[in-house]
Amino acid sequence: MIKEWFKSGAPWVWMTAGAVSVNLILVIGLLLLIATRGLGHFWPADLVEYQYHDNEHPETVIIGEEVGESLQPAAQARAAGHEVPDGAEYLLQHLVKTGNRDILGSDFRWIQDQYIVRKSETADLIVIERREWGNFYGRLLAVKDNGATIAEGEAAWGVAQEKLKDALALRNQIDKLQNGEIGAINYNLERLRLKQRALELKNAWNEEYSQQFAAKKQEYQTQYQAAQQKIGDLTLQLKQCSLSVADANQKRILIPLGRVVKLTRPNQMSVLDKAQDYMSNFVRFVTDDPREANTEGGIFPAIFGTVLMVMLMAIVVTPFGVVAAVYLREYAKQGLITRIIRISVNNLAGVPSIVYGVFGLGFFVYIIGGGIDKLFFPEAAPAPVFGTPGLLWASLTLALLTLPVVIVATEEGLSRIPKSIREGSLALGATKAETLWLTVLPMASPAIMTGLILAVARAAGEVAPLMLVGVVKLAPTLPLDGNFPYLHLDRKFMHLGFHIYDVGFQSPNVEAARPLVYATSLLLVLVIVGLNMFAIAIRNNLRERYRALEN
Amino acid sequence: MSEHYSSQLDKRSLTVSVSQKHQQWRLLKDKITAYGVTVGGLSIILAIVLIFFYLLYVVFPLLLPAQAKPLANYPLPAAESGASLWLSMEEQNEIGVRFTNSGQAVFFKTEDGGVISTVKLPIPETTAISGFGRASQDSGEIGYGLSDGRALLAKLSYKSNYVGNKRSIAPSLEYPMGVTPLALDPKQQAISLISFKIGEKAAAILIKTADNRILLTGLSQKQSMLDEDAAWDSSIAELDASGQEVDYLLLDKQQRNAYLLSKQGDLAVFDINDKTRPLLKHKLDLTPPGVSVTSVEFLNGDISLLVGDSQGELAQWSIVRNELNQFSVEKMRAFKTGDAPVVAISPEQRRKGVVTVNGDGRFSIYNTTAEREAIREQLKTPAVLAAISPRANAMLLQSADGRIDYWSVDNDHPEVSFSSLWGKVWYESYPKPAYIWQSSSASNDFEPKMSLIPLVFGTIKASFYAMLVAIPLSLLGAIYTGYFMAPHIRQYVKPGIEIMGALPTVILGFLAGLWLAPFIEQHLTGIFLLLLINPLGIILFALIWSQLPESFRQRLPDGWDSLILIPVILLSSWLAFQFSPELENILFQGDLRTWLNNVLGLSYDQRNTLVVALAMGFAVIPMIFSIAEDAIFSVPKHLTIGSLALGATPWQTMINIVLLTASPGIFSAIMIGFGRAVGETMIVLMATGNTPIMDLSIFQGLRTLSANIAVEMPESEVNSTHYRVLFFAALVLFMFTFVINTLAEIVRQNLRQKYSSL
Repeated sequence: MIKEWFKSGAPWVWMTAGAVSVNLILVIGLLLLIATRGLGHFWPADLVEYQYHDNEHPETVIIGEEVGESLQPAAQARAAGHEVPDGAEYLLQHLVKTGNRDILGSDFRWIQDQYIVRKSETADLIVIERREWGNFYGRLLAVKDNGATIAEGEAAWGVAQEKLKDALALRNQIDKLQNGEIGAINYNLERLRLKQRALELKNAWNEEYSQQFAAKKQEYQTQYQAAQQKIGDLTLQLKQCSLSVADANQKRILIPLGRVVKLTRPNQMSVLDKAQDYMSNFVRFVTDDPREANTEGGIFPAIFGTVLMVMLMAIVVTPFGVVAAVYLREYAKQGLITRIIRISVNNLAGVPSIVYGVFGLGFFVYIIGGGIDKLFFPEAAPAPVFGTPGLLWASLTLALLTLPVVIVATEEGLSRIPKSIREGSLALGATKAETLWLTVLPMASPAIMTGLILAVARAAGEVAPLMLVGVVKLAPTLPLDGNFPYLHLDRKFMHLGFHIYDVGFQSPNVEAARPLVYATSLLLVLVIVGLNMFAIAIRNNLRERYRALEN
Repeated sequence: MSEHYSSQLDKRSLTVSVSQKHQQWRLLKDKITAYGVTVGGLSIILAIVLIFFYLLYVVFPLLLPAQAKPLANYPLPAAESGASLWLSMEEQNEIGVRFTNSGQAVFFKTEDGGVISTVKLPIPETTAISGFGRASQDSGEIGYGLSDGRALLAKLSYKSNYVGNKRSIAPSLEYPMGVTPLALDPKQQAISLISFKIGEKAAAILIKTADNRILLTGLSQKQSMLDEDAAWDSSIAELDASGQEVDYLLLDKQQRNAYLLSKQGDLAVFDINDKTRPLLKHKLDLTPPGVSVTSVEFLNGDISLLVGDSQGELAQWSIVRNELNQFSVEKMRAFKTGDAPVVAISPEQRRKGVVTVNGDGRFSIYNTTAEREAIREQLKTPAVLAAISPRANAMLLQSADGRIDYWSVDNDHPEVSFSSLWGKVWYESYPKPAYIWQSSSASNDFEPKMSLIPLVFGTIKASFYAMLVAIPLSLLGAIYTGYFMAPHIRQYVKPGIEIMGALPTVILGFLAGLWLAPFIEQHLTGIFLLLLINPLGIILFALIWSQLPESFRQRLPDGWDSLILIPVILLSSWLAFQFSPELENILFQGDLRTWLNNVLGLSYDQRNTLVVALAMGFAVIPMIFSIAEDAIFSVPKHLTIGSLALGATPWQTMINIVLLTASPGIFSAIMIGFGRAVGETMIVLMATGNTPIMDLSIFQGLRTLSANIAVEMPESEVNSTHYRVLFFAALVLFMFTFVINTLAEIVRQNLRQKYSSL
């Protein structure tokens, strides 16, 4: 009977079903993996204090977050010099994030379960998120103002929080001055220099200009000094307060409040507090600038760069894609030409993205960009303006790359519009162009929208070509700011996908940066999957509507 | 489609219009739109053509033949100063210099031979010049051997001055060892040959004296430097070359080997690492009987000797270390420059190139890596001396009748030839010819190794293994979803799997590199066990299911099979990982990786092909799945219903009717998936070690064409050979995917027509 069952082919049907299940498990598993790892990043973990006693060292205290645990095979453990009880195949070990990189040298440490003498979660343990050297774990002893202790013991906590609020406000002011005023002054000075150079090149530089420019320069210099003065004052204020803290082994250090980003006592937080903290961590992640070679802080510039680049790309790709689709569906006679165009579209979709990068670098950046520089920016030479990878070229390259997506989606939309509608319009005396503009395109607009969304989703995740045409690991300024002409198409920018690659693979401290990479990945996946779902929803909705029209 | 309609309508609408002008405007707009749209549509073809031609345009100079053009011909500048011993040019090709047998350096303009200055070297009146020699071509250092066993060393120096935007170059001579000649022979015999190298801390001078002794003088800088002239410690040792004549002396840059060569072709190589005790290492005859050596020079880098013989052959000899760590002097390659003897050789200073001059007036430029002759020209009168400029874009040739030819050379990419890109090349310091990609290094002496074979191999290896993962999963999945699955489930499952394709590959690469690679390293046995246990589990479950009572089975709605399999698969996967340590203990002595290494000799790389195969397979699945599923789903229903009605089981119908009809679609799905895998960049970049090795093992890393471009393009100098070769790699990728995609698309278009006719 089993033989017959095999003969009927039923097992093979089950095998094919199994393949579908495996695919589904892979998709869901992958999304879950990213989600759990990424979401965990923001949750304030409890701090644990271990009394630790191993063979080589006297009893020490370790404070940190427990990040993971693993089983070490007995053979490996013996090789590492640990005692292994008879018959044990594995030793349990914990990975602890100990922070205090300035004292300990690294952020993480593996500890052996067997050497832990005691484990406690005392309430007074604090986490200080710092601008440098990563997190600090330990205890708060006192708050000092100009070296004098102003609060100690239990009272220190409240005072520290208050002072921290002031310090953060000061820091905010300094940053604003630094990026806003000083940035603007430097930008204006540079523009002045370029103007002068341009005039010199035209041989129009004369005494009058010379005085005029000198006066302007003087004005900027005074502004600059004033701003510097302000920053100096604020910095002095900022330096006044500091926290006196002790690490696990009672080593006392002073942390200036100016270097503190956040001070928390996770062991005292209720679940509600933690949820609140979680939200604020997430908001800071999305809105802050990165710190410490991108391994800490937020990813705001990367989000901003990605969005801006994708928007520019959308502006370019939509008209081209729609026109091409309209030609294929409405104007061209179906025949050899349309066949060739369809093959071209498929090839555009199939050409490896890195080839677009190579093309973009050579053609857009060096040929077109270099040409623009020669024609319009001779004064900047030898520094390139557009002749170097930048936002504009990245957008154009990606527009080319996503063109087929828009064409295919638009064409599908056009093909679903019933003939009767076009014929109706023509019968009422409209020209073909009017029919197109007034009836066909408006009806196809959701399809165009779908194409656009899919293109945006594709562009947001593409990294390989961008590495050649304008993405950098750390851009000093955003491509959009308050200085004329506001949108700086020539600037390099940061990008979420590249950020993941860079932090995950090129950063000096990959282990510490990993949660951040997961969080960034999660954000990118959410955006892209969300966009795709949205596009699918629009498309399905559209199909329903046309089906209704046809009947 | 409604061209016919609209033109009729337009005519009619004209008559009912309000104003003639407005109507004309409307028609004009219609026309403009039609043209605009047509242009827009055709521009898609333009885009793809543009990409192709642009890539070709950058690659093209690699294919252009090199050219040499005579620019000037003039009599020997300051002929009265004596015959030339050596010619040289400076960086900008403006100034040439010739050293004469009367101890003078004549600087002249290269364009017309006008003498700039003549410098008489401070050779003492009491002695006469008895020999001449020099250090490396690029150092500009020369030495005169004198009749009293002393030698004077000099160095060319050029200083650029800018007056406004005009550059002027002032030539002069410096004396690195002082203006008084160095005493090299204690017996004060005349020096007939001299060769030397001056390093930063140590110098070595090799001489041949009139009584045929070969002496090596080692100089090393003293620690305390008070007086510059006296700052060298010296030692003298004699090289015993008994049994052979010595007509050429050579000393390498690293001051490790001294080469003594006779006109008959006898070569003796001495190890001079210890300059007080030179050791004879190799002794051999380089030429067949009856053939004599007519010229010899180092190839740039001083690793290989270029030996020209009387029959016009130019051979590259080098000390080679074989796999057993034994050294020998081997002939790496030879060029036939002509039939006349090679009278002069001038190596390029920054590349592995060389100019040779034959006795019959022919000169040629070769590149040793590419094994190709770039230029061959015939001079009216045979040349006796040649000098190629530092940038290798100009050269000076002195003819036998005392004139100088000034040539420009246009030879930008000599390193590239069909054999250097696609063949095995015997690189310097390698035991045998090999395929190697190693494109750049900081040093000028570096020999670029630009074989694309390891990259193409890596690309094909990665995509092959990825397809091995993707094809079964995606095709089986497509078969089920397209034919067996209930429509209401299909409408969710299909986009669900397709959304996988939208995931950025950078995320897949990141997970592959940082999560999957360590995971696989720890659970290698489990991963392989999955392949076995999962299908078994499914079949077992199906068997049990088929034995269950009919009433129970019918409770499961149609097409839900794949969903109830999810727990089955999860369970069997869990089992696989659970039992893998036991299995590892029984079969592989506890650890599969060490077992692989010890028993099969396979070393394990953490980021290896297996990781890439899984990650890239995952990336390709949705693409193949989507297209194949479409093809299967749109097989006309009357075909399948007919088959079922005739008594075939669903599976028989599937195999014999559906698959057969949809096979072109499935073929094109696989093609497109393969094209995608070949071009994928981020996953391979992040999930492999990016080592360009050629190894079939799935536990080793690789480097693909695309990852190579991503890694090296940002650092390559625009329009350099490296840059163009990277563009060539891009062009290869482009062409490859173009062929695959075009083929796939044509197959699909035909299939669509077939379906519509059915």
